Amino acid sequence: MTISLPGLLSQLLLGLVNGSFYAILSLGLAVIFGLLNVINFAHGALFMLGAVLTWMAMEYLGVNYWVMLIAAPIVVGAFGVLIERLLLRWIYKLDHLYGLLLTLGLTLLIEGVFRSVYGVSGLQYDAPEALSSATDLGFMVLPNYRAWVVVASLVVCFATWYVIEKTRLGAYLRAGTENPRLVEAFGVNVPLMITLTYAFGAGLAAFAGVLAAPVIQVSPLMGQNLIIVVFAVVVIGGMGSIMGAILTGLGLGVIEGFTKVFYPEASSTVVFVIMVIVLLIRPAGLFGKEK
Amino acid sequence: MKKLSLAIYLLLLVALIAAPFFGAYPVFVMKLMCFALFASAFNLLLGYTGLLSFGHAAFLGGSAYVAGHAIKVWGLTPELGLLAGTLSGAFLGWVFGILAIRRQGIYFAMITLALAQMMFFVALQAKFTGGEDGLQGVPRGKLFGLIDLSNDLTMYYVALVIVVAAFLLIVRTIHSPFGQVLKGIKENEPRALSLGYDVSRFKLLAFVISAALSGLAGSLKTLVLGFATLSDVHWTASGQVILMTLVGGLGTLSGPLVGSAVVVLLENKIGELGNFLARLTTVDWFNTLGESVTMVTGLIFVICVLAFRKGIMGEIIAFIERRRAHRQTPH
Repeated sequence: MTISLPGLLSQLLLGLVNGSFYAILSLGLAVIFGLLNVINFAHGALFMLGAVLTWMAMEYLGVNYWVMLIAAPIVVGAFGVLIERLLLRWIYKLDHLYGLLLTLGLTLLIEGVFRSVYGVSGLQYDAPEALSSATDLGFMVLPNYRAWVVVASLVVCFATWYVIEKTRLGAYLRAGTENPRLVEAFGVNVPLMITLTYAFGAGLAAFAGVLAAPVIQVSPLMGQNLIIVVFAVVVIGGMGSIMGAILTGLGLGVIEGFTKVFYPEASSTVVFVIMVIVLLIRPAGLFGKEK
Repeated sequence: MKKLSLAIYLLLLVALIAAPFFGAYPVFVMKLMCFALFASAFNLLLGYTGLLSFGHAAFLGGSAYVAGHAIKVWGLTPELGLLAGTLSGAFLGWVFGILAIRRQGIYFAMITLALAQMMFFVALQAKFTGGEDGLQGVPRGKLFGLIDLSNDLTMYYVALVIVVAAFLLIVRTIHSPFGQVLKGIKENEPRALSLGYDVSRFKLLAFVISAALSGLAGSLKTLVLGFATLSDVHWTASGQVILMTLVGGLGTLSGPLVGSAVVVLLENKIGELGNFLARLTTVDWFNTLGESVTMVTGLIFVICVLAFRKGIMGEIIAFIERRRAHRQTPH
């Protein structure tokens, strides 16, 4: 078996692309779980919404990719506000399990609606013209769009990390995660913060969805397989740390990419195998603290 | 209460024995019974031990493949095929259990889901499962080499005996001292721990029993229908069994029976229901309801979690208890 360097590098890049999606999604899951104590199963559906909205905007209105890169997260974020205000708000006092079940139902509902309209086959979406070509780096040909996905994801991830870890707003958020009642006593509007946090997580998922539209086939079911892998990523990384979520996501994407080169049969299971190993060696996750 | 519920169960049993003679399609009722067993086994875990497994499809579907393969390729008799399926369910449950029990609450659900997804990919790629086509043409064979199961009616009564026996085993487990400890763990895990119970071992054993019985349900389903497919290992099957248990009533014996019947009937009859509603309301959209099973399932999930957490049987039992309490208070 011979493996060419360009082939290896292009799989590495593809792995980084997938890893970027894992990173953004697990980041959103972690932030939402921190404050709401809800594991948002609907994260995959929100990711799908971002991609499908992008496709719809192009198909019906002729609105281009760059507009949707901003607009889709805002629309889905607003949808997130509705979800939080109308549904999630009622179950905070209950067992965590109900949050998972409610968002699972929501996922089936959202996916069902789009399935009944678009079926399960993929919808074609082309990369924007500015990024559709490739750059020859000498040792490999770099598809511009993939490079853009990685860069844009990294910027968004680190911006999120910076806001949460280094700013006053982030400090409120972290305090709210530790002890919401105390923070409320200091005059912070915690219910509003919760709503905005969910909306932000939803927006992040939609942003990843827009990025994914030209590289993954857009379909109503595109989110559901991804979200299960992201769950495994979250178990591996632990939900305690923002940076942990980002690094675990990217790292696992790269490992998955390499697996595709060396042992393609295992590429769809490798993340789960790693999860098993981590559970055996470090049950709390690589960056986790038991909560 | 006890006498009343015993009478109802006996009535249900009589109805099941008589059903084929009153026009019920035996294969459909057998499918219902398999799901009722699956949901009851799942409820042992969620309703009585407080563990949300999101990976029970792996046991249902995995055992369905094992039993199908054992009967079709190895030529085992049906009872040995069922045994092989049940044991493989137990083994898989043991593996899942020792991994998932290392974490608690929401992580437990995510780990079981991820492990089951791994099993899904294994089933998709492995040779013996037939991939996308599934494992087709599993013969029913002769029970103990004597009783020919190819007759639907014979198969029906054999299936009924198996399901009733398994259900009685679940009832016995719940009422045993072991079951009481499980309930104690569900109510307050630290307390059970401080009383000296090895909580992890109890959880693991409950998980293995639940997985084994789910495996039995899956194997029986293969035997009845003659095939095993990917849809049984898909994560939506895990979601479906959660829904059945939730709709029927968590932590009630009868809940999963009612819940599985409601969900299976709904999924099979929703097209007809849609057509009926379309005629009733003259809204054409209802005619397409048959293609939107996922949507309706999702809606039921949302409603159940928000407003109907006790489930059908849970609400009925609570209602009866309220009335009794009301009657007993002296005026």
